[in-house]
Amino acid sequence: MPGVEGFMYPNEIELQWSVLIVLYPFLTGLVAGAFILASLERVFRVQAVKPTYRLALLTALSFLLVAPLPLQLHLGHPERSLEMYLTPHRTSAMAMFGFVYLWYLMAVLVVEIWLDYRRDIVLLSESTTGWKRWIYRLMTLGSHNLSERALAIDERVGWLITLIGIPSAFLLHGYVGFIFGSVKANPWWSTPLMPVVFIFSAMVSGIAAVMLLYMLMTWARGKSIDMPCVDTIARYLFYTFIIDFSLEMLDLIHRIYEADESFRSLDFMVHTKLYMSHIVVQIMLGTVMPIALLALTQVLKLTEMARKRIYVLAGCLTMIGIFAMRWNVVIGGQLFSKSFLGYTTYKMGLVTREGLVMAIVLTVLPLVILWVLVKLLPPWADRASGALPDATPAH
Amino acid sequence: MSITRRHLLLLLPAAAVAWKHVLAGTPEASPNYTMSQHWWGMLIDLTKCIGCGNCVRACQTENDVPDGYFRTWVERYHVSDYDIENPHVDSPDGGKKGFPPTKEASGKNFFVPKLCNHCAESPCTQVCPVGATFVSPDGVVLVDKKYCLGCRYCVQACPYGCRFINPKTETAEKCTLCYHRITKGLTTACCESCPTGARQLADLKNPHDPIHEFLKTHSVQILKPYMATHAKVFYNGLDGSVR
Repeated sequence: MPGVEGFMYPNEIELQWSVLIVLYPFLTGLVAGAFILASLERVFRVQAVKPTYRLALLTALSFLLVAPLPLQLHLGHPERSLEMYLTPHRTSAMAMFGFVYLWYLMAVLVVEIWLDYRRDIVLLSESTTGWKRWIYRLMTLGSHNLSERALAIDERVGWLITLIGIPSAFLLHGYVGFIFGSVKANPWWSTPLMPVVFIFSAMVSGIAAVMLLYMLMTWARGKSIDMPCVDTIARYLFYTFIIDFSLEMLDLIHRIYEADESFRSLDFMVHTKLYMSHIVVQIMLGTVMPIALLALTQVLKLTEMARKRIYVLAGCLTMIGIFAMRWNVVIGGQLFSKSFLGYTTYKMGLVTREGLVMAIVLTVLPLVILWVLVKLLPPWADRASGALPDATPAH
Repeated sequence: MSITRRHLLLLLPAAAVAWKHVLAGTPEASPNYTMSQHWWGMLIDLTKCIGCGNCVRACQTENDVPDGYFRTWVERYHVSDYDIENPHVDSPDGGKKGFPPTKEASGKNFFVPKLCNHCAESPCTQVCPVGATFVSPDGVVLVDKKYCLGCRYCVQACPYGCRFINPKTETAEKCTLCYHRITKGLTTACCESCPTGARQLADLKNPHDPIHEFLKTHSVQILKPYMATHAKVFYNGLDGSVR
């Protein structure tokens, strides 16, 4: 049979989870990572990253809004997906997704963004005209009180929400890792480290994404990049990446040393079908390279321009590496037979429901949403961007 | 053309016969069947299997299984004398049309029919997000097609590769142990069509079922026991090389 080597159980030849399921952990990872970066400023009082606080929240929201779409498109019967809310099966790791998602969206992100922007929204609803005015009026939810006491309550509740948001972000992405890590039939997925690796890789991708977006948007706005801010983000990215890489290496070394019955099959797969995406792209290009680049900025005294270039390069490589990691988990876990006697091939469609074009659309869509959100709720502290004076959150 | 009384008298019996055929496709009710009195499984005696593929064909016909997908299939193992860990396995079109002659003269060859193991602790039912797949009170793992989302998590969770997504219904599908037959006192299509009696339906709750005597007197094994799925398809003569 074309694309099959050795023996596959006959029903295994066709891959069940496509590139859209690769996107799902990739998008939710960006959400969790961006939120955790935002929490650095809000909860842990890392003042240096303040310029990215609001952008990180809006980035998280944009990606979170798109996160369920690849799942919906993948379902054989998307019209029945509401059943997950109405009759969830309690023993299923997947059944809780809807609740975790809704909790994170409605109880954490939307509330936090609204509280943080409430003052701006009220002021904008008074200063703008036309349809914008109506949108801002609607967004005030009838709450126009800008007294000091009201703003202090916003601040206190916002802080509390962020505090709840940190474990929620861990829950959101750790849970996605658990969906894979709990499949005992699949040795490539089945490891208790999976949720932990997912959380740290999420933080890595989210931090890198916000750093890149901040640098790109600041450049596009013709403003100067706040270097202490970017330096701090890069430092956190470096530390988180080292933890993430260590965990992945721990998993790898454990597998190699234990060498259980699945090892020979998985080892063969990594050296053949997954060699490019796993060894070359994920580990070398997407992990070792950015860590080395970021390490350079930590030990050498480089010029501002050199640091900027390194950050952009390291950030881009990080995004590629994390996407490759999701790819290798989701697609890699389906390329070998559960008999450990054969391998199949993933053939991605082009213009199909789960094809390449759809994957690109779903990757670009959050950026479009982010563009709209940034226009509507400017995250910048300066006047020229359209934001109001003193529109930063009251701390 | 107007229909006369004579035409009507001729047409009515024909219509009645046609209607009977229409109804034949509808599952009959099983008023005398009590789920709690049964606990279904299957016994597969590998020493009797000749790899004819009758069971695969019968299953596909009985259950309208789409081409390229299998509720049951037959694997042929070739194990060399010295390398039990690396058997050569083939299953051309699920063994539906039998097998070509083996090329290897040395070592041993044998056939292994596979199907859903109707696990009592089934990982596939555990992961279904809406409970569309479930273990029935009589021990058969079933899928509610009208409820399945088609998320494919159960396909991933099955250690034995027994599930697939039906391209027509876009829902999960697998062996039902011919539930529409066994609840009427019949055996499964695969067991009925097996010329050597290698496959036998077993009711583990029925004290008179020959399975009990067989289990007492033979060394039987289940597939992948380390998965702790409490599989209920028992194999007699299962070689250690079988995955």
